[in-house]
Amino acid sequence: MSSIGTGYDLSASTFSPDGRVFQVEYAMKAVENSSTAIGIRCKDGVVFGVEKLVLSKLYEEGSNKRIFNIDRHVGMAVAGLLADARSLAEVARDEASNFRSNYGHDIPLKHLSERVAMYVHAYTLYSAVRPFGCSFILGSFDKDDGAQLYMVDPSGISYGYWGCAIGKAKQAAKTEIEKLQMKDMTCRELVKEVAKIIYIVHDEVKDKAFELELSWVGEVTNGRHELVPKDVREEAEKYAKDSLEEEDDSDEDNM
Amino acid sequence: LSEKNEPEWLSEEVKTGTTILAIEFDGGVVLGSDSRVSAGASVVNRVMNKLSQLHDKIYCALSGSAADAQTIAEVVNYQLDVHSMEIGEDPQVRSAATLVRNISYKYKEELSAHLIVAGWDRRKGGQVYATLNGLLTRQPFAVGGSGSSYVYGFVDAEYRKGMSKEECQKFVVSTLSLAMNRDGSSGGVAYLVTIDEHCTEEKVILGNDLPTFYDQ
Repeated sequence: MSSIGTGYDLSASTFSPDGRVFQVEYAMKAVENSSTAIGIRCKDGVVFGVEKLVLSKLYEEGSNKRIFNIDRHVGMAVAGLLADARSLAEVARDEASNFRSNYGHDIPLKHLSERVAMYVHAYTLYSAVRPFGCSFILGSFDKDDGAQLYMVDPSGISYGYWGCAIGKAKQAAKTEIEKLQMKDMTCRELVKEVAKIIYIVHDEVKDKAFELELSWVGEVTNGRHELVPKDVREEAEKYAKDSLEEEDDSDEDNM
Repeated sequence: LSEKNEPEWLSEEVKTGTTILAIEFDGGVVLGSDSRVSAGASVVNRVMNKLSQLHDKIYCALSGSAADAQTIAEVVNYQLDVHSMEIGEDPQVRSAATLVRNISYKYKEELSAHLIVAGWDRRKGGQVYATLNGLLTRQPFAVGGSGSSYVYGFVDAEYRKGMSKEECQKFVVSTLSLAMNRDGSSGGVAYLVTIDEHCTEEKVILGNDLPTFYDQ
C-alpha cells in the first residue's frame, strides 16, 4: 500500500487528505528494510531470534548486538535504525530503573511497553523532530504473570502477542510462526524452532553472511533475560541447518 | 522574673504518642492502634483513628508527629491511586511501603513520623513492612510509637508463627491494652483493621471492652 505523499509528507505534524501521517509510514519503511527479528512466547518463557546481517568480513563477531537487556527480567529485540533503537533501549532502561526506585519491585511488562510506546508516540506529533525509525519486541517472564510479549512500532502503539516478527521477512516469518503450537512448547523446544525460522526466512541470494542472535527469558533462566548459552545455540543452529537440508532433499524427490 | 505567657500545649508539637502494631497471618494482616493524640500533657483528641487507608487492601498505622504522619499517608494514598490506574491492577503492598519509605527517607531531617504499612496482595498474600527512619523491611509483625517500648517483651514472648486470624486479633488487642495501661501518651479506644483476600474489616473496641489484667 505505498503511495507518494507529495506535499503532505514533509513533517510529522501534517495529515494527508486521506488521513495519513506519511512521516510515520516512512519510518515504518525504514524498519521493513532492516533484517528480521522475531519473538515468540511459550508456556514457560519467551525466546528472541535476530537475523543479524554481516556486511563486512572485517567486523568483529558479536558486535552491533540487536538484542538488549532492559532490566534483569526484560529483553528487547529490535529492527530498523540501530542508533534509534539504542536510544530507545536507554529510555526503556530509565523507565524500568525509575519504576523500581519508586515502587520497590520489577516493572510489569505491559506498563513498560506502554510507557516506551508513549515516548515513541510523542516523536510523531511535532515537526521539529522525526519519528523513531525502529520497531522493537519486549519480552519477560515472572512466576506470577507468566510469559509476556509486546511489540512497539514507530507510530507509538504497543500490542501484546504470542508470536511476532519485524523487519524485511516479517510476512514469511509470521507464516512460519503461525504453524507452531507455542502455547504447549517449552523454551528449550522453542529455541530450536526460532533458529529454524530465522534460517528459513534468510535470503541466501540477496544477503550473504549472517549471524544468528538468540536470547531467552523464562523458567529455564529463573526469570532472567540472557543470551542463549553456546551449547544450546549450537544445538539450535544444527537443528535449523539440518531441517533446511531435509526440506531441500524432499523437494528434489517430487518430480 | 520570667513567666510563661502561654500554656505549654499551645507551643508543643501535636504528637500521636501512640501504640501501633501490625501482624501477618496466613492469608492477611491485622493492624491495631490506640486513639490518643497529645500536645504535651493535654489530650487533644481521645478518639483518633490512626489506621489510615492507602488503598482497598493496604492500610498504614501512624505514629510520631500527627501532621507529618497524616500528610505522608495522604500523599501516598494519592500516589497509589494514580499508580494502580497506570498499571491496571491493585498495587502491591511492597509498592505502598516503598512510596512511604521514599518520603520518610528523603525528608528524614524535616519529618518525625513512623508509619507501619500492612496489607494483602495476590502475589505475596499478607505482608507487614516497617519504615522507621527511612528503612524498609518486611517483618512477621511490627510495633511502633511511644507505647511500644512497654510491650516489646510481651510481643516477643507471645508471638508464635502460624497464628489464625482470630488469634492475631486477640494478640493485637491484648498488646494494645497493656501498652495503653502503662504509656501515658497512649489510651482511649482500640481500633482494629483486618485485611484478607475477601474483605477489609474495621472495628472499634471501646475502653471498657478491652481485656483486663491483674490490676483491674
